[in-house]
Order: sequence, then structure tokens, then C-alpha cells
Amino acid sequence: MLAIIGTVPDENFPLLSGKVYRKRDNLYLEEWEISIQRGTTALIASSIEVLEFLNKPLPYAYLVGDTGEGYGSRRLYKFLVEDLRKKTFNTITFHYLMPDADWCNKILLSLEELSLRPLLIADAGFMYAAKMSGNAPFFDLFTPDPGELAFLADEKAPHPFYTRGFLLQDESNVEELIKRAYEHENASKYLLVKGKEDYVAKENKILEIISEPTVEALEPIGGTGDAITGIASALIDCGYQIEKSCIIASKVLRIAGKLSNPDPSTQIGEIIKFIPQALKEMLSKNFLL
Amino acid sequence: MKIFENLFKKGKQKKELGSSKENDRALLIFDNTSEVIRAENILKEKGYEIRVVGPPAHIRKGCDLAIEIPIVHAMGILNILESKGLPPLEWLPCDEGQLKPVDLFHVKDFGNFLMVRAANMKITVHKPSQIIVNISGGGCPDVPYLAAMLVGKRIYEAKEPRKIGHTLCGYALQLAYDKIKELCSQS
Repeated sequence: MLAIIGTVPDENFPLLSGKVYRKRDNLYLEEWEISIQRGTTALIASSIEVLEFLNKPLPYAYLVGDTGEGYGSRRLYKFLVEDLRKKTFNTITFHYLMPDADWCNKILLSLEELSLRPLLIADAGFMYAAKMSGNAPFFDLFTPDPGELAFLADEKAPHPFYTRGFLLQDESNVEELIKRAYEHENASKYLLVKGKEDYVAKENKILEIISEPTVEALEPIGGTGDAITGIASALIDCGYQIEKSCIIASKVLRIAGKLSNPDPSTQIGEIIKFIPQALKEMLSKNFLL
Repeated sequence: MKIFENLFKKGKQKKELGSSKENDRALLIFDNTSEVIRAENILKEKGYEIRVVGPPAHIRKGCDLAIEIPIVHAMGILNILESKGLPPLEWLPCDEGQLKPVDLFHVKDFGNFLMVRAANMKITVHKPSQIIVNISGGGCPDVPYLAAMLVGKRIYEAKEPRKIGHTLCGYALQLAYDKIKELCSQS
């Protein structure tokens, strides 16, 4: 089963864990209705689209309210250190959480006690924490955008805000940044770099570059990266190899984006709706076999 | 035992990374000791993990005490101190001042829409109406909150990210917001 760990932007939202499902534009966890917006909710909704399409169990979510002060994230970290020992997940995806190197260490120590180590995916704040704590190689997959890749490549930067300018030029140096991130042990086993072109890399080697279909308007839309991570997480949990999952996730999001006929004001929910259709298209081309 | 090996390996490296651990902290520099003590009390009451330290000689600007804070919380902490009339003279990462905030902007014109990226944060505005239509990038938990608060608002009516954000992602968004505002005022 896939576990997704993250936050929702509402301080009044309690710490909840359990199976999450989607109905129209909302997610439901226990009695709570959560609207699907950019962030962890977009990641969860995208993963649900994939899991439902493939007739697999719905994801298990750990969610807490946090608007950036970090109180919610810390409560969730504390809870996870105990709770993850009691559960069995094949895949765990960590997402929007306050980056905290110490808590990242504690969570990983607690996962190390499990008899079966889950596949570990990190994006957003927890990916920052994994790099800051020196634990990036322990993860199976990071899904940075080019700005975040530059941060991973900068061995000195404690946060993307401090990434040095010579690494931040443009998207043309992605391959160099991937190399540098692996050289300094600041990359996971696999990387899926989400940009104008999506790169799938493993241990310093570029495995695939995906650029079609090109949909320029996707770049400014908040949540497209969350959606790709959600799709990839679901596919990995369904047993697809990490490399193949990343390639399919990239293509599916591009196709879903194209089907939604977006402009830069389109919201992520409009794109997520087209994921099943995009998966059907992939299936018809035997990509999902 | 992989994680223990990994942590041990990293532990050895942590001396250089030392960096890594110290790098996730920042220093607040104040005018005098009394301000440091007041700021320390306020921040401890709020639950921040902070400590009073002596700043490196080359960045000493006022008193010989400084407050070390988790860098990711810098914006929230600065907002609190400002609201209490206690803004620091300066804040900077604990790396002897070598790291500088990002100052490179990427601007992309989509016809009716304009997008600006600063570090890992992007903001997009509909040019004719000057409405913020999307915010993307970022990884700290105030980013989805900032997006929910800003998207759909006119850029001159929206609350500034620094007023309601708490983290360095929020700070990067403020830089992108300032830049796009400047560009919109020119068009």
C-alpha cells in the first residue's frame, strides 16, 4: 500500500491518518472534506486517479494542518516516528512538510527498524530535509523541479533560497546539475526532474528525457509537479519499476495537461480530471504493460 | 542497518558538512544586548528552537551577541520581531556570510500572462487584469497557504507574501512578487 505524508494549508485541520478517497473536487479522510488544490492534496488526488484506474487499493494518508509555522509538521513528525513502526507500506511518499534535518533523521531511523523497508520517495520540504540531513542517498526517488535540482546540486545551500547564482542560470544545464548532485551525494537513487523537459536519472546516468507532448502553459500552473509525483508514486506502488513509473508519470501529466487545453490561469484540479483519459491513451499504446 | 551506516558515514562527513548542520541556521544581529535578550524571550515563548551566540568577528555590527535561528523559519521570525518593534539590524546564514539570497529572476512572457521565477518559486499574473492566476514551486508548508491566499487577487490588493508567509520559500515568493509588480507597473 502507498502512504502519502504531507500537510494541508489550514491551521485548524487536525492530525489525521487513514484511507483517503476522492469524490468530485474533494478528498475525504475520516469525516473531513478537503478541497483539491496545489500541494499534497493534488499529489493524493493524482495518485488516486492512477490507483482507481489500475484497480488497486486507495492510498493511506497522514495529513496535518500547517500554514508554515511548522507546528503541524512537528506534531506529525512525532506521530510518524511511532506510527510508522506499526504499519506496513510498500511505498512512502513524503511531501509538503517543514524541512527539519533532525526529524528527518528520526523518521529514517524508525523506518530502518522495519523488517521490510518501503520504497521511499520525497518531494518538496521533506526532500529539502533529506538533503540538509545528508540522507539523500537513502531515498529511492526525488522529484525536484529545475530550481530544486540546482539546490540539490549546490552542496553549500541550506535551502533553495540560497542556491548560488552560477547554478541557477536556466534549464539548459540540467544534466550538469544532476551530475553535481550525485557527486556530492545529494541525490536519491533515481531522480525525476520535472521541467520543460523531464529527466529521469539513476546514479549519475540520464536514462530518459521526455519532452512530448510539449504544453508551454503547464509551467506556471501550481501543482503540476505534485501531480507527477503522485502519479509516479502510485505506479511504483503498483509494482512498476521506478524508471518506467517516472517515464509514464511524465507522459501522463503532459497528455492530461494537453487534454485540459490549459492556459497559465488553469488550476491543477482541471488537469487531474484528465489523468484517467491520459492513462487510457498510454494503455492503448502498450506503455502500461 | 543501511540507515545507521548511512548516518554514520554522514556523521563522519558532518564535520565538513558541519556545514550541513550549521548551514540550516541563520544569525540575527541586533544593535544591543538588551534587544537580544528581549528577542530571545519572545522567540522562546513562541516555541522556536533558538540560542544566543557570539557572532563571528567579521560580521559584528552592534552588540557582541546574536541569536541563532533555524534558517527555514527566518521570515516568520522576522515578522514576529518586527511586530514587536524589535527588528534585527541584519540576518544572515551561519556560513560566515558566504551565501547570499538568490538574486536571479527568470521572466517568461505568455502573451496575456507574465511569469516570474525567483529561486524555486514562480508567480504568474494575468496582464490585463493584473490578477494573480497561479503560484507554483516551493516546498515549505506555507506555499499552498500563500497560493490559496493570493491566487485570484489583484496584485496591488493581495497581501504581500512576507506578511503572511513564514519560511524561506515565502521569502523567495516575496522576491518574485516584488519583481512581477515592478514589471506590471512598467507595462
